[in-house]
Amino acid sequence: MSAWPWRSIGYLLTTLPSAVAAFATLGVPWLVLAVRLAQGRARAGEVAVLVLIGVSLAAVPGPLAAAWLSGRELRRLRTVDARPVQARFRSGRRLRSRYTDPLAWREVGYVLLLATVSPVLVLAVMAIALMAVTFAASPIILGAQGAGAGPVTLVFGKVDSVVGTAPYAAAGAALLLLLPYLATALAGAHAAVARALLTGGASERLRAELVEVSRSRTRLADAFEAERRRIERDLHDGAQQRLVGFTLKLGLARLDLPPDSSAAALVDEAHGEAKQLMAELRELIHGIRPQILTDLGLPAALGELADRSTVPVVVEADVPERLPALVENTVYFVVAEALTNAAKHSRATCVTVTARVKGGALDVEVRDDGHGGADPDRGSGLTGLADRVAVTGGRMLMSSPAGGPTVLRVEVPCDPSPSSE
Amino acid sequence: MRSKSVVRVVLAEDGVLLREGLIGLFERFGFRVVEAVGDAEALKEAVAVHRPDLVVTDIRMPPGFTDEGLRAAVELRRIDPGLGVVVLSQYVQHRYAAELIDTGGGYGVGYLLKDRVVDVEAFIDALHRVADGGTAVDPQVISQLLRRRSGPLSALTTREREVLSLMAEGHSNAAIARRLHVSEAAVGKHTGSILSKLDLSRTDDTNRRVLAVLAYLNGDR
Repeated sequence: MSAWPWRSIGYLLTTLPSAVAAFATLGVPWLVLAVRLAQGRARAGEVAVLVLIGVSLAAVPGPLAAAWLSGRELRRLRTVDARPVQARFRSGRRLRSRYTDPLAWREVGYVLLLATVSPVLVLAVMAIALMAVTFAASPIILGAQGAGAGPVTLVFGKVDSVVGTAPYAAAGAALLLLLPYLATALAGAHAAVARALLTGGASERLRAELVEVSRSRTRLADAFEAERRRIERDLHDGAQQRLVGFTLKLGLARLDLPPDSSAAALVDEAHGEAKQLMAELRELIHGIRPQILTDLGLPAALGELADRSTVPVVVEADVPERLPALVENTVYFVVAEALTNAAKHSRATCVTVTARVKGGALDVEVRDDGHGGADPDRGSGLTGLADRVAVTGGRMLMSSPAGGPTVLRVEVPCDPSPSSE
Repeated sequence: MRSKSVVRVVLAEDGVLLREGLIGLFERFGFRVVEAVGDAEALKEAVAVHRPDLVVTDIRMPPGFTDEGLRAAVELRRIDPGLGVVVLSQYVQHRYAAELIDTGGGYGVGYLLKDRVVDVEAFIDALHRVADGGTAVDPQVISQLLRRRSGPLSALTTREREVLSLMAEGHSNAAIARRLHVSEAAVGKHTGSILSKLDLSRTDDTNRRVLAVLAYLNGDR
């Protein structure tokens, strides 16, 4: 015999305390109503009042009590259901979501079932078990009483001899054998209802998964960002510094060689190549994470972009605090791309970049006075940047009607925080 | 001319390799490095102790790795406007250049990109200029300023723009003539033409001219 029947029995028995708790919170008016109706003495007014109390209980404290009980019930579910329970998704932690989230109301439904149907079923199974035990034990009971002690009542009739108990004993034994299956079936049904009501349907699970996926995506992006900063720092402190020192030595060596010698020409050439390499390395580091952004933050870095641009750029940045590194870097590269596009394609004569933090979000707008008609889907490099913006939980909007102007807008949620090393 | 005698230098650079390289460079060209330090506080102390002719400092230094060197340079210039200061920057930051040139009337200051140190002769030339009370502004700063300013600049010929760039970097007429392989008289004609096109007053003082041109280029910022 496997452990499942025992687990099922344990599950059913532990249902009772839960049922009592559920009943105590939500069930009392309904029990009273049921009793009154059963007695056939319920007046219409009484019924109305009881229903009103029952509904109000379910509606007002119901979701709060249900949330607490559901948590316990999900933990209890593990005794009979080995499948992992999906983390419950709530649209928010606020009190309001307790009343607006469909899941909250399914929990109330479950608790109502727990208070009413499940104790009846569990008690019924317990009664059957008691009956089976009594039947099976009937020959012993009668034997112990000895002959002439009078007939014994066994549910369906009276028996007064050990022989007469044979059919009962057989039925009891059969019931005892069936009982584990019955318990397992009931526990299984209960568990299925609990899973269905408490863990939400497919769309609920999808939402929960989506939330988890976007969270993990943000974590990954943060990790990448930290890695970029590490690489930038390593290159800057290591390779770049060595290279400058090396190039400087070549420059000095050249001065000590006779100007017309072939050695001087070679060293001169090497010096030139080393300088080229310095420029390339600087650009590489700049492309990973611009140093000015690390040192001075977004407004200064946007100013530097403006200075590098071939089109006149006006920057209006109102970003009083340092933002998370990922946000700074993403926005920087979006603006860089937008300025490059403006210079290359739009024939703009002036570009305005505005950046301001408002209500926990960074709004950035790049507006040019060019001829418009830019297609964000075609090779502008903006598609990849839109993905990077999406990772931060933000969005990128572009408007570029023929005739202009082209406006690129980026909104990124952010809590200003010291950009930590 | 101060640079005829030995120029005494205090150097501040946190990268050990580059610091050693620069010391070698300075000694090779007859500067005397009286102290080389690795952060801004040590720089201020060293200047107070040695009273050098020239300070060469990195902008980005410990502990914050932002603009410690610049802050120290501005402070040192406030105490002694005659102290020559050259700051080395990782990237062009016009605010830095402007802030530095604002000190001591713009005499004896230099703002150069760090990578310039490998152009040995031009770098040493810039140091001498600053030690002599002149100005040295990085060519990249000037080219960005030139690109941004339109208006009267578009009336300049290509050669005049070249001359203007070199003027703004802080070169004298003689130095510009050497660079462009033309006579000093020809440069004089170009500068006269440039100054009148930009509506700037003529002056034979190189440094006043440099500052006037820089102020003009910074004009609408």
